[in-house]
Amino acid sequence: MESLTLSDVEQKYYSELFLSCDVDNTKKVASNGKVLDLFRAAQLSNEVVHQITELCGATRLGHFGRSQFYIALKLIALAQSGLPLRVESLNSVRDLPLPRFVMSKNEQETRHAVMFADTENQGPYLPRPPGRVQAKKVSAHEMIQPCVPTVDPQPDTTSPVVSPHQSPPTSPHAWRKHKRQASGGNVDRQSSVPGVVWPPFREAQPGPVTGDGMWSAHSPPPVQESWVSFTDTPPSSTLPMHPPSAQPESATVRTVPSAMTTNEIQRQSIGYDDPWKITDEQRQYYINQFKTIQADLTGFIPGSAAKEFFTKSKLPILELSHIWELSDFDKDGALTLDEFCAAFHLVVARKNGYDLPEKLPESLMPKLIDLDDSAGVPEPAPEVGFSASPVEVTPNKSPSMPSLNQNWPELNQSNEDTAIVHPVPIRMTPSKIHMQEMELKRTGSDHTNPASPLMANPPELSDETKLAATIKFPGTTVGDGYSSSDSFTSDQEPISSAVNRQRSHSGTSPEGLKVVAPPPPPPRPHASHSRSSSLDMNRNFAAVPAGPQQPGVVAFPPAVPPRPLPTQTSVPHGHRSVEGDGPPAHTSTSPQQMPEQPNFADFSQFQAFAVDQPADDGEKPSDSGQAERCAETTGTMRTAKNDVQAEERNATTVNSAKVSTPLAPPPKPVRRRLKSEDELRPDVEDLPQKSNVIATVLATQPSIPRSIGKDKKAIQASIRRNKETNTVLARLNSELQQQLKDLLEERISLEVQLEQLRPFSHL
Amino acid sequence: MAVCIAVIAKENYPLYIRSVPTQGELKFHYTVHTSLDVVEEKISGVGKALADQRELYLGLLYPTEDYKVYGYVTNSKVKFVIVVDSSNTSLRDNEIRSMFRKLHNSFTDVMCNPFYNPGDTIQSKAFDSIVSTMMVQAC
Repeated sequence: MESLTLSDVEQKYYSELFLSCDVDNTKKVASNGKVLDLFRAAQLSNEVVHQITELCGATRLGHFGRSQFYIALKLIALAQSGLPLRVESLNSVRDLPLPRFVMSKNEQETRHAVMFADTENQGPYLPRPPGRVQAKKVSAHEMIQPCVPTVDPQPDTTSPVVSPHQSPPTSPHAWRKHKRQASGGNVDRQSSVPGVVWPPFREAQPGPVTGDGMWSAHSPPPVQESWVSFTDTPPSSTLPMHPPSAQPESATVRTVPSAMTTNEIQRQSIGYDDPWKITDEQRQYYINQFKTIQADLTGFIPGSAAKEFFTKSKLPILELSHIWELSDFDKDGALTLDEFCAAFHLVVARKNGYDLPEKLPESLMPKLIDLDDSAGVPEPAPEVGFSASPVEVTPNKSPSMPSLNQNWPELNQSNEDTAIVHPVPIRMTPSKIHMQEMELKRTGSDHTNPASPLMANPPELSDETKLAATIKFPGTTVGDGYSSSDSFTSDQEPISSAVNRQRSHSGTSPEGLKVVAPPPPPPRPHASHSRSSSLDMNRNFAAVPAGPQQPGVVAFPPAVPPRPLPTQTSVPHGHRSVEGDGPPAHTSTSPQQMPEQPNFADFSQFQAFAVDQPADDGEKPSDSGQAERCAETTGTMRTAKNDVQAEERNATTVNSAKVSTPLAPPPKPVRRRLKSEDELRPDVEDLPQKSNVIATVLATQPSIPRSIGKDKKAIQASIRRNKETNTVLARLNSELQQQLKDLLEERISLEVQLEQLRPFSHL
Repeated sequence: MAVCIAVIAKENYPLYIRSVPTQGELKFHYTVHTSLDVVEEKISGVGKALADQRELYLGLLYPTEDYKVYGYVTNSKVKFVIVVDSSNTSLRDNEIRSMFRKLHNSFTDVMCNPFYNPGDTIQSKAFDSIVSTMMVQAC
């Protein structure tokens, strides 16, 4: 007929409707069947429908082509909005609300409905569960839906479900469910149905016209839309609403969404993850229902009342029982508002065809906790995954169980806070002093140049380290990387560079931790060395003079914040590792000093341990003692070294059996040394000793493998010999045993013979 | 771990009975049935007033060579019977008591459900799960 201009929304809506009606996909719809259902669902009188079909030309054609269909739809919209049906008005009327249809869901369902419908119960059967499903579909077909909220002639959608208390005849009118559901929508139903199939909320009226009449009669008034109609209609369990299955339902037409729909749809489409979320609308409805049973929102609904109420939903008792189990969180036989909402929600979902969960979904958990009504609930809840809607609705009034939900968020927050701050002892003061002193000395020693790289670091930190270094310079503990390094800085460039390196490293670590942690522990440029093989250390040593150390050197235990010098010196245990760095640092510098130290000569001898054992032993105990001390002070880092040293000592002293002796003295010196470390100005002598020790330790490391190898060989050789001896002896033993056995047998036989002969002799 | 758990109503008909080796159910049913006599005997109140604090836990009702039967009765004369395997010697009395306590608690929860009519068989999933945790994991 006349050209029809449709708005985009209309276009989409109509096309979808057409698709839904066009089961045969013939691009034209017969005038009977779905189309009629559709038109009937528009809740227009039959004459109007006839008129429309006439106008659109279907009667002429005998079927509804697409254009006719669209025209018809538009005319329906006109009719619904009360405008006279005129062809001219098709294009003239702007802002025409989209036609609304109250459709039954599937024919199948309608059939069911028909079957189950009581005679008196004409109406709507339990509305298919409001659409959660629909919601999904809605989201998918948002566009299609008449997003333009049209005036809803139907009862306003705001009121959700029909009051269950209504008697059957007055049961649901509006099938706004879908709207609601859209918002609430369970996403579970991924409706593949392209067409928006709104599971018909209401049973189709294909049946009795009375139904229509009833509908129309009721349409204006009751504000209640029935999502779930707790009427005496047959159990909804027969209606598995599966939108996908409803796909073929041509008759399914979305009910015209009300203004709410748009919001709901949008809301629903927006980041909707939780199928069990209760929308505000739903919640409001639930609350209203709650009020009908129990006026006081903070009170309980006794079990019996709840039982009656939910029995109206026509769900099987078993399922209701299960729902109760899920929703009665505190197991008190009564429902609080939250529990009631959860239960209602589950009922609705079940009626919509969703399976009941085994456990209560988080979003349905009663937000109890009176902790704080205001926020409490869900603000922090997002982390916990609770639905946000409840918050606005009502504060948790349930006096029972403290809501786990609310507790969690608080815990989370608190945890986060605590996690950030890592308690670390901070001793800034003394170290600062030392730092400054060291700084002074350092400047004097003109080692700031190498320290320039450090300057890149926050000057404070580097200064601190420098200060620490300088302080140590006078002779701080060996254990301190700072001290050791610093002490050497003044003497040697490479050392200073190493120190600088250390400092830089230490500087870096304190940077981040400055606020929280104590000054960085002495840089352990050789920390890696300590862990790695001695060869690495050699390499590092060689590289030390090269200048800024490679990043590999920076092996500071990330977790250990740098410590102030005094702390380093003072706490042997806690800072063993740190101090351990010290020795390495010393050792790093030691190579240079090695030639200067007589002890080093011992180590060279050490390699030829066989010859020098006595001397070595004499030396080693002291050196090893020192080394051991250092090792001990250095802690785990040095344990390897210690082991090595011990091993080598053992190897060397295995014959001399002096293993124990070297070990004995070391502990004492260690303690003494630790004490001295406590002092801010340790003996200067200690430093060189320590450095020597460290140097020796480090120096020995390269040689250790060799000497150890020799020892090992000797040991292995002796072991082999012993084994051979063992085997020989074992063989001998077995042979002798065998001989013994033979002899015994002979003896026994002889004795037997004797016995035999004896009686004769007696005779 | 129990081999069979049963809940008997006041009128001595089973509200819930479940055993692990599902093939030998009949045997357990019989065992439980016979144990009821022992239970009755124990709760018949030896001269004590009914209101007296009667021990809910009845203890070992009777042992057979294959298994042991423990009993527990509530104040409403609902009886719980647990059959355990004799070979499972590690089960101590305390453990049996705790099992009964758990049973009692979940039974109470079932009772609190308004949709449960006393006298119906117990079909609660929660109750089932509690029982499952107590049953022998074998087979």
